[in-house]
Amino acid sequence: MSAATAARDLTAHLALVGNPNCGKTALFNRLTGSRQKVANYTGVTVERKEGRFIGPSGRRFRILDLPGAYSLQPKSPDEAVTRAVCLGELASEPLPDVLIAVVSATNLRLHLRFALEVRALGRPMVLVLNMMDEARRLGMQIDREALARELGVPVVEAIAVQHDGAQALVELLDQGVPPVPTVATPPDLHAETARLLGRTVTFSDTVSLRDERLDAVLLHPVWGPLVLAALLLLMFQAVFSWAGPLMEGIKSGMAWLTDLVNGVLPEGPLRGLLTDGVIAGAGGVLVFLPQILILFLFILALEESGYLPRAAFLLDRLMVGAGLSGRSFIPLLSSFACAVPGIMATRSIQHPRDRLVTILVAPLMTCSARLPVYALLIGAFIPDRAVGGVFNLQGLVLFTLYVAGIASAVLVSMVLKRWFSGQGDTEQPLLLELPAYRLPNPRDLAIGLLERARIFVRRVGTIILSLTVLLWGLGSFPAPPEGATGAAISYSFAGMIGHALEFVFAPIGFNWQICIALVPGMAAREVVVGALATVYALSDTSEAATQQLAGLIGAQWGLPTALSLLAWFVFAPQCISTLAVIRRETNSVRTVWLSAAYLTTLAYGAAFLTFHMASALTGA
Amino acid sequence: MTHAPILLSLRDLPLRVSASIAAVVPRSADDRIAQRLEELGFVPGERVRVVAHGPLGAEPIAVQLGFTRFALRRAEAERVMLNAQSVESPATRTGQP
Repeated sequence: MSAATAARDLTAHLALVGNPNCGKTALFNRLTGSRQKVANYTGVTVERKEGRFIGPSGRRFRILDLPGAYSLQPKSPDEAVTRAVCLGELASEPLPDVLIAVVSATNLRLHLRFALEVRALGRPMVLVLNMMDEARRLGMQIDREALARELGVPVVEAIAVQHDGAQALVELLDQGVPPVPTVATPPDLHAETARLLGRTVTFSDTVSLRDERLDAVLLHPVWGPLVLAALLLLMFQAVFSWAGPLMEGIKSGMAWLTDLVNGVLPEGPLRGLLTDGVIAGAGGVLVFLPQILILFLFILALEESGYLPRAAFLLDRLMVGAGLSGRSFIPLLSSFACAVPGIMATRSIQHPRDRLVTILVAPLMTCSARLPVYALLIGAFIPDRAVGGVFNLQGLVLFTLYVAGIASAVLVSMVLKRWFSGQGDTEQPLLLELPAYRLPNPRDLAIGLLERARIFVRRVGTIILSLTVLLWGLGSFPAPPEGATGAAISYSFAGMIGHALEFVFAPIGFNWQICIALVPGMAAREVVVGALATVYALSDTSEAATQQLAGLIGAQWGLPTALSLLAWFVFAPQCISTLAVIRRETNSVRTVWLSAAYLTTLAYGAAFLTFHMASALTGA
Repeated sequence: MTHAPILLSLRDLPLRVSASIAAVVPRSADDRIAQRLEELGFVPGERVRVVAHGPLGAEPIAVQLGFTRFALRRAEAERVMLNAQSVESPATRTGQP
């Protein structure tokens, strides 16, 4: 035995392959615990999950959780990766030593067919009958030994959500690589599946009554949308109010850290870099983490429970009308908290065109980073008075800004749809499986949440941090000349850029102070508030300063300018991390330019119209 | 064929009514949607039942096939042809899916 094969014997490469909703990921979590690595397959934005575990005899395993697939004739990038890995066609992945075909025992008619496709590859293989607890509950009896005999491959039972649920699989794998299947696969896989089921499985004749009853309500044309609306309301409530105390905590933590640095370091570039660059930059990301975690928790729980595809079912017709598909719903919903996780979530949209359109319109959803800007401007310019007895004028303006974002997303996707259909685009199917309802497993929720949080912090953290440092540099150098009277920032590079840009923004009513604030505000929208405070030479950016700032700009700016700036923020791509994530998720610089260009054009146009209409109306 | 059975498309199957599949008819030689329908188990002989309609324009539809439910748009369901003789309304339906 050569050294290479000996080393390979030490670590066996496994790949989990199976239909969506077969409980594959729960099994993966059960086998590997938190020893997982999540990344992308080289060159494509398909999630690659790898984990490790050690068998009872000390054998080491590396295991890939391949994307769920219905067939090895791929219809999406995910399925293409699954096929390529199973065939050893992907240069970056070794051919798996063992394919572990996972089927849900409750859905054998669908899943066993795919397992037969996998068997036809002629690779060493194990079949895992997952969700055996559910199958027993439904009154099914499966003759495991007969199935193994008929299939010519080892068959083990598993309950991935139970503590020892994968033990039989681990013990089997620990004994060594199973043999190549000996039974030939007939061409008609459906007929073969039916034959196998006839010989080895006794079905009780009830469809899951529980699911039937749940769907009768949740897919009902009236109750269904009402339940969905209630769930969304709860989710928004959670994201925007439950996260509040945590966000305040992070903010005061950052303030404490800033004070600490200010106390230790003398005034100078290093202190500025640490407090205004690093701490402000990292804080800008971290402060949104509670919202994003709560959002992810809701989405994960809805996903695990099997409800999400139902939401897509209820909304599909509406979304098709807007040039999207039911699958675009979750990414767009997430974008209300932050476009970055929203754009990351578009991976679940299988069709490239639908995915691209969703990515392009996601930044139009009013993300929470816009709220501080909206709050400042609305507080300063819109009178706090009741309208029609029940509504508040400030609240109505905020609502209008949200609606403006959604309405423009609808318009943009309709335009894009027409544009794509001119390019010979083909029919996009919905064809969505509505899986059995399940109670979300806390362990899987926790693992999923941790994983997504890690990806978010790593991705956005590095981008925002490096950019805020860069923008801090632009705003701090060169230092103001001796005896300068204005704010330091107006003598810096950012100030020069702001002054130079003044003539561009003058037609939409922006003064030079706003122009300067927009430069550091490229890092993240809410930074504009702090930047404005800096331009107006306010020493700190605390709550009191924001109040003070509101008074200042309320006295200095006209209403048309304020409204114009609000309109600008509905559209403007004032967020480098969004653009960076678009770049990562589409692998295309062209798409980044396309979205930045169209958003800026819309922003400028909307601000221009707003400014001139408001000027005409107020007689300014 | 002289004795062609009367066909009905899944698109037009009423709510809560079941029928058995006669064929999946591709729209073109390379109809990926028809291909996927077959992979999902829409094959001759299997029974399907419409379990729900979407809230707007009764689109899409939710279909029970074996132990699995699928959401399909009507344009997709149109490819699935059913045996008209096999149609069973809910009153005559037994516990079979």
